[in-house]
Amino acid sequence: MQRIELVCPAGSLPALKTAVDHGADCVYLGFKDATNARNFSGLNFDPAQVREGIAYAHARGRKVLLALNTYPQASNWPSWTAAIDHAAEFGVDAVILADPGLMAYAARNHPQLRLHLSVQGSATSYEAINFYRERFGIQRAVLPRVLSMAQVEQVIANTQVEIEVFGFGGLCVMVEGRCALSAYATGESPNCNGACSPGKHVRWEDTPRGMETRLNGILIDRFADGERAGYPTLCKGRFEVNDETYYALEEPTSLNTLELLPELARIGIRAIKIEGRQRSPAYVAQVTRVWRAALDRLQAAPDAFQVTPAWMAELNKVSEGQSHTLGAYYRPWK
Amino acid sequence: MKLALGPLLYYWPRQSVLDFYADIADSPIDSVYLGETVCSRRHELRLEDWLEVGKVLAAAGKEVVMSCQGLVESESDLKTLRRIVRQCVHGEPGFRVEANDMGAVRLLGEAGARDWVAGPTLNIFNPTTLQMMIDAGATRWAVAPEISGAALAEVRAALAAPIETEVFAYGRLPLAHSARCFTARHFNLQKDTCEFRCLAINDGITLRTREGEPFLTLNGVQTQSARVHNLLGDLAGVRGKAELLRISPQGSHTRDIVELFRAALDGARTPAAALDDCRPLMVEAPCNGFWHGRAGVEQFVAA
Repeated sequence: MQRIELVCPAGSLPALKTAVDHGADCVYLGFKDATNARNFSGLNFDPAQVREGIAYAHARGRKVLLALNTYPQASNWPSWTAAIDHAAEFGVDAVILADPGLMAYAARNHPQLRLHLSVQGSATSYEAINFYRERFGIQRAVLPRVLSMAQVEQVIANTQVEIEVFGFGGLCVMVEGRCALSAYATGESPNCNGACSPGKHVRWEDTPRGMETRLNGILIDRFADGERAGYPTLCKGRFEVNDETYYALEEPTSLNTLELLPELARIGIRAIKIEGRQRSPAYVAQVTRVWRAALDRLQAAPDAFQVTPAWMAELNKVSEGQSHTLGAYYRPWK
Repeated sequence: MKLALGPLLYYWPRQSVLDFYADIADSPIDSVYLGETVCSRRHELRLEDWLEVGKVLAAAGKEVVMSCQGLVESESDLKTLRRIVRQCVHGEPGFRVEANDMGAVRLLGEAGARDWVAGPTLNIFNPTTLQMMIDAGATRWAVAPEISGAALAEVRAALAAPIETEVFAYGRLPLAHSARCFTARHFNLQKDTCEFRCLAINDGITLRTREGEPFLTLNGVQTQSARVHNLLGDLAGVRGKAELLRISPQGSHTRDIVELFRAALDGARTPAAALDDCRPLMVEAPCNGFWHGRAGVEQFVAA
């Protein structure tokens, strides 16, 4: 059986070291600016930290992937190409890109640099993935969280590009890279600004009606006493539709595909990605430890693989809303 | 400046669709985008039916463009895509194709198409990417609604040669696509057994905040704005930045809205008066924030 790589998030140098120490095969990170899709204050890496992170990972035989997965515009194009140049200079093992223009730049100027297609590239079919393969020689694609198992299998059967899927963490209910909900509500989007429902537009207000969370003034949810008030990610609020109030788009929940590991291995997935560069080193430690154990167990005895209750309990502790879903892999979710 | 009618984003009964386009045939629209772009389960009109509608509109002097689905998931979605490309590039009647996914761009390249429309979901944000699409045969750029007028002008200015540009000028904004159907979810149904509940919900289902403020619109697997993006009042600023304005079909009054745009463009109505005339025809309050580089939900009036 082909070994599946475990790709873990690092929003900081301590998180990177934690991921490596707990068994990540690859760690992915971003620079401290809008060139990546987790552009939050206090997060990410300056050049010295990237160098130190690469040295730490490489000394232990692990890889570092750099996410440059937002879409540059005419006015800020040079910042993104400079980021590619730096990535090549620092010696990252691959860059994770979404913008075709940037891929062309990387392929032309740094032909030795390995290219991964970001989930933000919204490639959901092998025809789309093969477009990037033919044009830019991408070696891996990260699939948006919208396909069923049979559809993922179909993709793998029809492309030479390695396929990486999300295994655990925050769940986008919309196709990544094609969502302008945050841009509509706040003027800032994952595509262009690297942030969804950005913190500077968030307001928490304790009112007689309960704790209200707002995004740029728009009421996203209201919590009764005793309810845990979650962050107002705008697709995970409660809204009114035909006089019914409910999570109209998605509940605050995390993706967890641990139980699908044997199936994912069978169809030929090459890497599992853990979401959460915005989360703490403690989260990274906990999630990496569980997935490392699960992948090792799978590798050792593929036919006897079983998810242990302890693993699930560990993962549920760090899940958004303390619950999890199989997402699009589970047809009724749709 | 020309007017384009965008693809029908809702699911209307077959006869309503046919009546709608029959009415468009003698309206002051220049280009019409046809085909199902939102959900592959919708089947009131099949590709053959769309081609028939296209023939009638072409005979009435309209340019016809066949739009491809935005979110391609299954092998059967790819089959449809290949049929559209084969039929439109090599078949009779042949139409221009709007690519809304890089898979479509690849298939158009394979088919040797040199005259296609780069659709709004291709994520073209900079001149390098747009130039690549032009080199691959794109001859029109339908700009993603979230790109501002200033940003698209910068992209155009940086090109070696100009490309015909189309901006989203009227309609509830298509903001996101999902594997999940939110209409089915609302009715406690699964997508696979959705009973086609979106049929005949003319303008989608309005989602409100818990304060009753209209915020978004549920249209099957697509999420739209509740407000109606309307550039009627901004036409002076649009001139020079685009050659076509896209009007997205609405459950009623689409033709009246088209005529208001034509009148405003021809100088028969001032933009401000046209916007005022348009208000009673809109399903919700207007917004134009995206055009001005602001939150899309805003209705921005320059001081």
